[in-house]
Amino acid sequence: MNIQEYFELVWTDYTLRTITLGTAVLGAICGMLGSFAVLRKESLLGDAISHAALPGIAIAFLITGAKDSGTLLLGALVSGLIGTFWIRGITSKTHLKSDTALGIILSVFFGFGMLLLTFIQKQPNANQAGLDKYLFGQAATLVESDVNLMIIVTGISLFVMLLFWKEFKILLFDADYTKTLGFNTKFIDVLITFLIVLAIVLGLQTVGVVLMSAILLAPAAAARQWTNSLGTMVVLAGIIGAFSGVFGTAISASQNNLSTGPVIVLVAGAFVLFSFIFSPKRGILFREIRFRKNRTDLKLMKTLQFMYGVVQDHENISHPHAIRILNNFQGYTRGSLKKLENEGWIAVEGQQWAMTPKGYKRAQEMYNKKAENE
Amino acid sequence: MNQKIAVQIDDLTVAYNYKPVLWDIDLTVPEGVLMAIVGPNGAGKSTLIKAILGIIKPIAGSISIYGKPYTKQRKLVAYVPQKGSVDWDFPTTALDVVMMGTYGSLGWIKRPGEKEKKIALESMEKVGMLPYKNRQISQLSGGQQQRVFLARALVQDASIYFMDEPFQGVDATTEIAIINILKELRKAGKTVIVVHHDLQTVPEYFDWVTFLNVKKIATGPVKDIFNDDNLTKTYGINYKVAVNK
Ligand SMILES: Nc1ncnc2c1ncn2[C@@H]1O[C@H](COP(=O)(O)OP(=O)(O)OP(=O)(O)O)[C@@H](O)[C@H]1O
Ligand SMILES: [Mg+2]
Repeated sequence: MNIQEYFELVWTDYTLRTITLGTAVLGAICGMLGSFAVLRKESLLGDAISHAALPGIAIAFLITGAKDSGTLLLGALVSGLIGTFWIRGITSKTHLKSDTALGIILSVFFGFGMLLLTFIQKQPNANQAGLDKYLFGQAATLVESDVNLMIIVTGISLFVMLLFWKEFKILLFDADYTKTLGFNTKFIDVLITFLIVLAIVLGLQTVGVVLMSAILLAPAAAARQWTNSLGTMVVLAGIIGAFSGVFGTAISASQNNLSTGPVIVLVAGAFVLFSFIFSPKRGILFREIRFRKNRTDLKLMKTLQFMYGVVQDHENISHPHAIRILNNFQGYTRGSLKKLENEGWIAVEGQQWAMTPKGYKRAQEMYNKKAENE
Repeated sequence: MNQKIAVQIDDLTVAYNYKPVLWDIDLTVPEGVLMAIVGPNGAGKSTLIKAILGIIKPIAGSISIYGKPYTKQRKLVAYVPQKGSVDWDFPTTALDVVMMGTYGSLGWIKRPGEKEKKIALESMEKVGMLPYKNRQISQLSGGQQQRVFLARALVQDASIYFMDEPFQGVDATTEIAIINILKELRKAGKTVIVVHHDLQTVPEYFDWVTFLNVKKIATGPVKDIFNDDNLTKTYGINYKVAVNK
């Protein structure tokens, strides 16, 4: 199957449609909530939460013996939440920095989870097959009920996000100030964190513990490059996330046996790379272009200023002068002379240049502006 | 003096870890003063304000605003945090930040509307930031960011204003603009409490002063207590102030 066939099949093939819808919804919700994580500078938190969810999956299986994703993800949710609030606890009650707390929880929970997984694999019970899909994710195992769960949770998250939009925004920007206004910042904080944990848990089956945080962060990081408005950023991150999900699924489905989770992450990564380079406001490329342009503009203006100084001593501003006298001036090149002529600020004739009235006016304006700023 | 008491603090002790940052502070601020809090770096000036505003929980002591605990008097109080306390690269505009000043009276869930926008614009006008209302906040200069914070507090239309170094990093023109706004607030009967670093300007700007260095050294009218003795006690060196020269 090639990509084109995929996009023809996706409308009719039940399995393909389910998986695609699932990864799209997942990408969207992770992108949106990931924006909050990125803006709080809690990028590592996503990683810690997803790893902290692993023992929950194993324990849920050990207790119930169930293999359905609903039960296992509930276990993941509980242990993810415990991990998260322990991180909060460690940071607020000890002198440890938050990255230390994140590291501790991440490795301890993940280690414990791996231990339980190996233990389960040693059991004679044949039922255990498939738990390790939560490590790297397996989109192919998504069934309709999984996707329905995703849609419901996404709907609820969206509703909560819209309802508390103002509170989320102000807490993200200035938590102390929010507190002085009388808002219960702990509640808002817990709410945001809870939504992030939900999104992560939702993605474990598809993307897996190890790569989950990338789906959370990459679309948000990419979206940040294109906008200076929180609302636009969240929507854009959702769209980029959804696209990553769909394209990732399309690529992995058309290139047999490519695992979906990593491909989705790579697509999202491509979005990040593209945004970092090409975004008009913050991208590297345009910044470089702007920088160069400013530099040439500035040189040009400096030359014009110098000429202005020269012609001011003469009664007739358009009196021609030798190009030679510019040689002492650093900013001057033949190229800049040409550009000044193209702008209509000077006229060049043979080895002489003369300032035009237009050029004189331009230089004068600049002179006044400079005086104004000082 | 038959003045009402705006802020009353008794036996306040605050510690971040085990070492106390504020030690047994008693402080009475009468209504309608323009008060400077002075003291060296790390003296606990920001901490004192944060404790009064309930951002930090004290170990001991009591704080009241017009006779009642802060939680009951929030609407009477506005806060200008130290500029460096937030990330100015946050994706939002100057107007949007100023609008945040209305969130407290709006309460939960309700969104700001035209009325709130109007209040915010008026307050931006007062601090001369109207031309920058749609600027992304990272593209404002330090002094402009400071004025955005001031506008946000003015929006709250409070009785008591707490400002943490509002003159930090602003040029002379902005400083004068800000102090004039503060003096206007005082004229309107408000109480303004300002963490201030420039000792030279204390007598000119303020009528009340509190010396702080972990402990409260002194508090009272500038003309009575702003002297070498208290400055030396606070800063630990023999401080010659411009006024005494
Ligand atoms: N979050 C914190 N955790 C631990 N210690 C803190 C914290 N914030 C402040 N401190 C410590 O408390 C003391 C007082 O700090 P505070 O910020 O109140 O000082 P300040 O008087 O405002 O200083 P500055 O003039 O530098 O703003 C300092 O020694 C500081 O190191
Ligand atoms: Mg301070």
